[in-house]
Amino acid sequence: MEAVVDELPVILGAFWLTVKLTVVSGVISLVWGIVLAAMRVSPLPVLRGAGALYVNVLRNTPLTLIIVFCGLGLGTVMNVQFSRDDLSLNSFWLSIIGLSAYTSAFVCEVVRSGINTVPLGQAEAARAIGLTFLQTLRLVILPQAVRTVIAPLGSLLNALVKNTTVAAAIGVMEAALRMKNLFDAHGDAIIPIFLGFAAGFVVLTLPMNLLSGRLARRLAVVR
Amino acid sequence: MTERGATVLYDVPGPRARLRNNALTLAFGVVLLLVAYFVWTKFDEKGQWDGKLWQPFLRADTWTELILPGLLNTLAAAAVAAVLALLFGAVFGIARLSDHRWVRIPAAVVVEAFRAVPVLMLIFFAQYGGSLAGLVVTEFAAVVFGLTVYNGSVLAEIVRAGILAVPRGQAEAGSAIGLRKNQVMRLILLPQAVTAMMPAIVSQLVVLLKDTALGFVVAYADLLNAGARVVPANYANLIPSVIVIAAVYIAINLALGYLATWLERRSRRSRKVAADPAAAEAAAGGEVALMR
Repeated sequence: MEAVVDELPVILGAFWLTVKLTVVSGVISLVWGIVLAAMRVSPLPVLRGAGALYVNVLRNTPLTLIIVFCGLGLGTVMNVQFSRDDLSLNSFWLSIIGLSAYTSAFVCEVVRSGINTVPLGQAEAARAIGLTFLQTLRLVILPQAVRTVIAPLGSLLNALVKNTTVAAAIGVMEAALRMKNLFDAHGDAIIPIFLGFAAGFVVLTLPMNLLSGRLARRLAVVR
Repeated sequence: MTERGATVLYDVPGPRARLRNNALTLAFGVVLLLVAYFVWTKFDEKGQWDGKLWQPFLRADTWTELILPGLLNTLAAAAVAAVLALLFGAVFGIARLSDHRWVRIPAAVVVEAFRAVPVLMLIFFAQYGGSLAGLVVTEFAAVVFGLTVYNGSVLAEIVRAGILAVPRGQAEAGSAIGLRKNQVMRLILLPQAVTAMMPAIVSQLVVLLKDTALGFVVAYADLLNAGARVVPANYANLIPSVIVIAAVYIAINLALGYLATWLERRSRRSRKVAADPAAAEAAAGGEVALMR
């Protein structure tokens, strides 16, 4: 127990890094995922094909492999650098590339399935009463699609928080790798340290789950 | 009557829209080609398309000596963890539905706790916690432990949701003809629930297979280890090697994915299934089908 109290600043620092990884890659994958979803539902076969290829490749590759590719392949071999002197900043951004590339494939699928849950009749009815394309999208389709997407996006974000630990594969000192280091430093306090870190993840994910669950229930579309 | 090719977003294109679509197809096609060309030249500048980096993958011994042993280790860890996780999931899923509070609540706590903790942390904990208890924990055992308890907890939710998705009348009818509680579960609920759960279970097993790659972090000699450490150590070809290994993973996962789709279609066709597969999957948190 003392070990956890003594190392509290270190532990909080590790979780701060976890939060930064989650927020930055979450925002990037939301934007990029929506772009991909737009490509996959567009009327142009080229864009649909490119989107489908991206999603199927990224979704079926292990995240660890993607992050290793970013860290060693892009970072070491291709010499992609974000900072000349700060190595940890470099691997931080490289792991964000990997996390965003992976998560955006799932965001794309969630958004696309959200659009697909809106029945065709809704759009036909909207056109029948004379709404333009943009009005149909803005007033009829998106309000229904966004609501069905909230709960799955919530569980994606939840999964992303846990997935940031994979950045440990290229030496980013987030929660999991820091926990391993503390195990090495305090061999007699392994269980309290583990429970402390586990509690940290519960604290990060629980409010998010409750919020997205409640929002999804409140906004559910009755069909 | 809805026309073919119509979606909720746009009508079937008429002559003018077709012309515009063709022009846009050409424009975006050029843009995509430019992006591909840019990536190609960047890798080319570093000599990543050199024949000598790719040559090793045309030789049989690279595969038999370096890659296949890794693939076998990946499949072994996945198979053992899958069996254990299914057992874990069945036990805790059913325990969460128990009539006895002293069974139900601890089971719920275990499932919810393990679902919240990242697999990598569980793997580290198995290594250090095991040696604290005086056990010799191999990398294999640590990876299997982490994959089992995490995926087992997710499977427990799938099992619970699958059983709950069987209409109540089934269990009531079973009790009415005098079956005991365990007979109702064993003879009536589980057989119907399992068919409904099948697609969700297979998707979760794909997640499990992909997560075996976490063994790389603790130096378990799996497929990713072969592709990112062993082969590059011999031929200094990290990027080609990781690309080839990714193709192997994608092929395996796509095959399992098709199996899941096929099972889903089959169970949807079958009239014997009373429970709705989609309900089983959605009730398990939706993460099942998503983060695979």
